[in-house]
Amino acid sequence: MSETNKEVLLSVKNVDISFDKGGPKLFRAVKNANFDIYRGETFALVGESGSGKTTIGRAIMRINELSKGEITFKGKRISGKLSKEEDRDMIRSIQMIFQDPAASLNERATIEYCVSEGLYNFHLYKDEEDRIAKVDKALEDVGLLPEHKSRYPHEFSGGQRQRVGIARAMIMEPELIVADEPISALDVSIRAQVLNLMNKLKAEKGLTYLFIAHDLSVVRFISDRIAVIHLGRIVEIAETEELFKHPLHPYTISLLSAVPMPDPVIEKVKTHIVYDESKRDHSGEKPVLQEIRPGHFVFANDREMKEYEAKLQAAEKEEALNK
Amino acid sequence: MSEKKIILSAKDIEVKFRVRENYLTAIRNVSLDLYDGETFAIVGESGSGKSVFTKTFTGMLESNGMVSNGSVMFEGKDLTKLKTDKDWEGIRGAKIATIFQDPMTSLNPIRTIGSQITEVIEKHQKVSKEEAKQQAIDIMSRVGIVDAANRFDEYPFQYSGGMRQRIVIAIALSCHPQILICDEPTTALDVTIQAQIIDLIKDLQKELKFTTVYITHDLGVVANVADRVGVMYGGQIVEYGNAEEIFFESAHPYTWALLSSLPQLGVKGQDLFYIAGTPPSLYNRINGDAFAPRNKYALKIDFEQEPPFFKISDTHYAKTWLLDPRAPKVERPEVIKDLHKKISQMTEKGGAYYVGD
Repeated sequence: MSETNKEVLLSVKNVDISFDKGGPKLFRAVKNANFDIYRGETFALVGESGSGKTTIGRAIMRINELSKGEITFKGKRISGKLSKEEDRDMIRSIQMIFQDPAASLNERATIEYCVSEGLYNFHLYKDEEDRIAKVDKALEDVGLLPEHKSRYPHEFSGGQRQRVGIARAMIMEPELIVADEPISALDVSIRAQVLNLMNKLKAEKGLTYLFIAHDLSVVRFISDRIAVIHLGRIVEIAETEELFKHPLHPYTISLLSAVPMPDPVIEKVKTHIVYDESKRDHSGEKPVLQEIRPGHFVFANDREMKEYEAKLQAAEKEEALNK
Repeated sequence: MSEKKIILSAKDIEVKFRVRENYLTAIRNVSLDLYDGETFAIVGESGSGKSVFTKTFTGMLESNGMVSNGSVMFEGKDLTKLKTDKDWEGIRGAKIATIFQDPMTSLNPIRTIGSQITEVIEKHQKVSKEEAKQQAIDIMSRVGIVDAANRFDEYPFQYSGGMRQRIVIAIALSCHPQILICDEPTTALDVTIQAQIIDLIKDLQKELKFTTVYITHDLGVVANVADRVGVMYGGQIVEYGNAEEIFFESAHPYTWALLSSLPQLGVKGQDLFYIAGTPPSLYNRINGDAFAPRNKYALKIDFEQEPPFFKISDTHYAKTWLLDPRAPKVERPEVIKDLHKKISQMTEKGGAYYVGD
């Protein structure tokens, strides 16, 4: 990606999402989230269950309402009330891929119907012939065959079903795809197929992805930039290589240390770094998300910023020496 | 190897399931010796039969399934001959216990955590209620439940996913089993919690000296826990050996494929390796090597005749014709060559997975 002319496709600004859990206080699932997604990139949101990563994804899909802040798409606000026209536009422009391909497809409908559903809902086809041509094209894009149309979801393997899920989204010709843990339910070898397919579609069609995941090794392979989220709070954002090279926030470091490596000699002596928020030094003023290097943001207060800065400078010095 | 004591020995196990009018052969002639105190990991994709195989150790096959051939010898008894729940009493749960993937479905949601642990202790050990409660609280603290006495009367929903899995482990260990089968124990958990649960099982194993069988599809987890590894495909073990042998000197193309498709080894901008095609249908008779149709190194004979196990070392065997002296020489794929060196670079200073000293 060129540094100079990045077009912001989607922008999440000061977003809070709260849920009424019946108690006297609202539950703040997402706390003051801020990030931009550029056109043509894969932006990953990484965190554990309960971190609020899916909640943000759903807010972008306009399923969850915001309690504060706004989300804009190509500069236009898409959170809150929209006109019917805008609403239709957004449904087409932002599509979603889900975790469990078996649960997200109607098991009583043929693949042809599953893939055509969006076309039917929006009358996006001239005539039957046009619709079938579009379905065939979408299936071809994801590596399935036209004769698969008459089959039912249960006749497919997990990887093929996830391809159908992707075809369903692709047929709407979206600009942004929100992929919520699209490979977590799949076997190792099938994961690789789906990741390759997503990369291929991105290159061919200039798609943009928001990739929601909990596994940093997968995310490293597929994304351009990564945001790490912990308990509703984005704690670090950086370009992928930068994040892996210079992880700063202790939670990011603990996530990195938890990635299992396929090497018994190394893995057996590894110590996991456990992140415990309650054991952190909370002195000083309240932390905020600050930019420490161009494009590298970390959630910290001034005291922590000084620590991170020292650590970064030491690392950079060493790297310069090694060159 | 000979000085190691075999605790359980499965021989030529075949498992069939009756599905409507057909028979599906889920396990085809699998043999395995488990050594006392070791951790044996079984890796494979879904449908490879890894769970079904270990279910024959505890008689927990679904009602339409049966062991149609072979034996499982444990303490001088053939476990495949046991039929009723009464026959299994004293073995299942007591001497061979299992932990399943999803802690929410293994626990009863409407009974307290404490009562679910004491139930097992009372049943297997014939102790008084007070004694059972004391033991339950002890084991709860042992698996890392802080303030166990107070959390004794809470319900599963009041525990987090990781905590629930700790309770499942506590229940499994409450009878001091000799063999603990962990069936994807961390798949439903977050990576950071997964790391904690794995460490916990390892610590408990050191302390209580039981034998562990790990079933997983995650080679990273295998690297962490396993002394020995068996790779399963299409209802068979196709390669087994010490962990180092499987990761660094693997010989079966399926093991190569599994290792090559790991995202940790992926290079950005390049396609990740994947295994084309689908696993074999277990309804049909499989001729030759089950992996042959998906194997780019397959020889003609792979489609005709099932390969035997070839010995690579005293501990390492693989079921592939490539090891036959007459076979052409095939090199391991580039991605997994010098794996230890590659991973070392990733985890050392300057590498992507380096996290500090």
